[in-house]
Amino acid sequence: MTTLPSSASSVRSGDGSSPILSVEDLFVEFRTRENLVNAVNGISYTVSAGETLAILGESGSGKSVSAQAIMGILDMPPARIPNGEIWFEGRNLLTLPAEEQRKIRGPGISMIFQDALSSLNPVYSVGYQIGEMFRAHGGLSKKDAKQRAVELMDRVRIPAAAQRVNDYPHQFSGGMRQRVMIAMAIALDPRILIADEPTTALDVTVQAQVMDLLKDLQRETGMGLVLITHDLGVVNEVADNVAVMYAGRIVERGTVDEVFTKPGHPYTEGLLNSVPQVEAKGGRLQPITGQPPNLSRIPSGCPFHPRCPRRRLGAEALPGRDCAGDRPPLRLVVPGREAACHYSEEVLGV
Amino acid sequence: MTDSQQQDLRSDEVRAGTTTGLGAPSVDVTDSRQNSLWSDAWVQLRRSAIFWIGAVLGVLFLAMALFPSIFARGADPRACDLSNSRATPSADHWLGFDQQGCDYLSNVVYGARNSLLIGVLGVLGVLLMGVVVGAIAGYYGRLTDSILARLTDIFYALPLILGALVLLRVGPSTGLPIISERGPGAVAIALAAFGWMTAMRLVRSQVIAVKSSDYVAAARAMGASDYRILVRHILPNAVAPVLVYATITIGVLIAAEATLTFLGVGLQAPSISWGLQIAQGQQLLRTAPHLVLFPSVILTLTVMAFIMMGDALRDALDPRQRS
Repeated sequence: MTTLPSSASSVRSGDGSSPILSVEDLFVEFRTRENLVNAVNGISYTVSAGETLAILGESGSGKSVSAQAIMGILDMPPARIPNGEIWFEGRNLLTLPAEEQRKIRGPGISMIFQDALSSLNPVYSVGYQIGEMFRAHGGLSKKDAKQRAVELMDRVRIPAAAQRVNDYPHQFSGGMRQRVMIAMAIALDPRILIADEPTTALDVTVQAQVMDLLKDLQRETGMGLVLITHDLGVVNEVADNVAVMYAGRIVERGTVDEVFTKPGHPYTEGLLNSVPQVEAKGGRLQPITGQPPNLSRIPSGCPFHPRCPRRRLGAEALPGRDCAGDRPPLRLVVPGREAACHYSEEVLGV
Repeated sequence: MTDSQQQDLRSDEVRAGTTTGLGAPSVDVTDSRQNSLWSDAWVQLRRSAIFWIGAVLGVLFLAMALFPSIFARGADPRACDLSNSRATPSADHWLGFDQQGCDYLSNVVYGARNSLLIGVLGVLGVLLMGVVVGAIAGYYGRLTDSILARLTDIFYALPLILGALVLLRVGPSTGLPIISERGPGAVAIALAAFGWMTAMRLVRSQVIAVKSSDYVAAARAMGASDYRILVRHILPNAVAPVLVYATITIGVLIAAEATLTFLGVGLQAPSISWGLQIAQGQQLLRTAPHLVLFPSVILTLTVMAFIMMGDALRDALDPRQRS
């Protein structure tokens, strides 16, 4: 089962400056009868109070699966966590009993999902669903829970909250539904909020509103925010740090400003080049060629090498740095920046 | 898009600065309450003639079961006079008399209580077994599901009437409460014990479908317990087809009760039931056909009433069936 290389106990003494959430060397695989899908392959990251960490990657890069592993809502089997530690406030979630884990969900770590309509139960009013957080975790009466639900709906700026508390999810617009979802997620003042593509299903004006709301709430409560997205614009606007994922690995990590101005991995570079720029209007976009890798057959060496314009194979490569044969580790390239590329310095131009 | 959704969008646009908030809303949204699944279904039901026929008949028979003396025109089903034996219908005695000279209208009316009681109790038993076993099998899956599903298959192999017949036959020798005395309770238990499998399969498949929905994942992410997820989130969304099935099953069980009684293992005289009346009347079919005719007609109408209500309910709860 879970191996604990660094410490056998599930309690760790925390010092004041330590991050709230710390993921260490996490692996997630899906075992089916036919094959083994390696969805997450050894990712590590930390989130501190008030920090916004963006996890950026295309579909199938393992970003949502890693979030579900943290929440403990993966269906096991088929999913399995062969290795890794998830530390939350000094406790390793992966070794906690299921009941203890459940108690952390909600007041400790909470999550909002991409599609708010399908994430809300169609048979209950939104007020009931928000209030359920207080009834289930805080033992409040129905009346008090409803009162708190109205307060929360006000807090996420749903107009006429008191009148709409008894409305059903399908009666709300997309943006308002996502606000309801956010209200549920922040109801118990979680220390960490994981937002799994919170604005993907919304149109642009509403997207900006929802992101502003999340930032405001973060300022008020000091929670750590993990923003999972494939939208570079959203990352640029709200995140402090960014971790770029490819084929279940983090390939680059740093502050948003630095990574976006000077990418240190060819994949990040490719992502930035494939976004339409106002200055380059009329020109051609440069997409990343090829397809994302099949996670049951991840290429050897650097998983990105079949699509990489800067790859060096065979005789071109430096000793021990063949892109097709040697897997590049995530390493510190310049201060404050890690990248998993043999030739990162070249990409950065240092 | 509904009015309230339009207002939401307007509010979002005003916030985002793409519109000014000055324009008065073109539609008054304050009093337009939207409908839930059930209120939509009710709107649909109200327009269904089949539902109304079923409902009127159902209410009529329910009233008959609750207040039989009103419908029996004051006659006592057990006050008999042999001189009236097998008399045909007349202005005073609408359905005539049976072989013992008892007023037949009052007998048929008093039979409604046992039939409905067995139908409703039986369906409650079917629902209890079906929902509990189906929900556990569907929610926990894997080995639990395999064991419960095979158990259900075993029960499926036994025909309802045959299973109930055997249980009622050996019932008196078991000495158990309820089962050992041949009352409506025993018949309802026998019918439920061999009739719950379809409900279980319905609930199981619904639970499996709902289990993988996003709102169940969301509820888990918010720290809801297994019990809360199953009872509050999955079952309410899985229950609609089961309710439809239950309504139809009331009719089926009433017919099955009559069959069992006709075969001699259901209720026993001096109980009053349609099955008993048909069984006794069939020996006199040539001389007094009305003794079979009236209980048969009323039995058919009762069964039909519940099946019609169930059909209409199924159509109303399925948005794809709406025109």
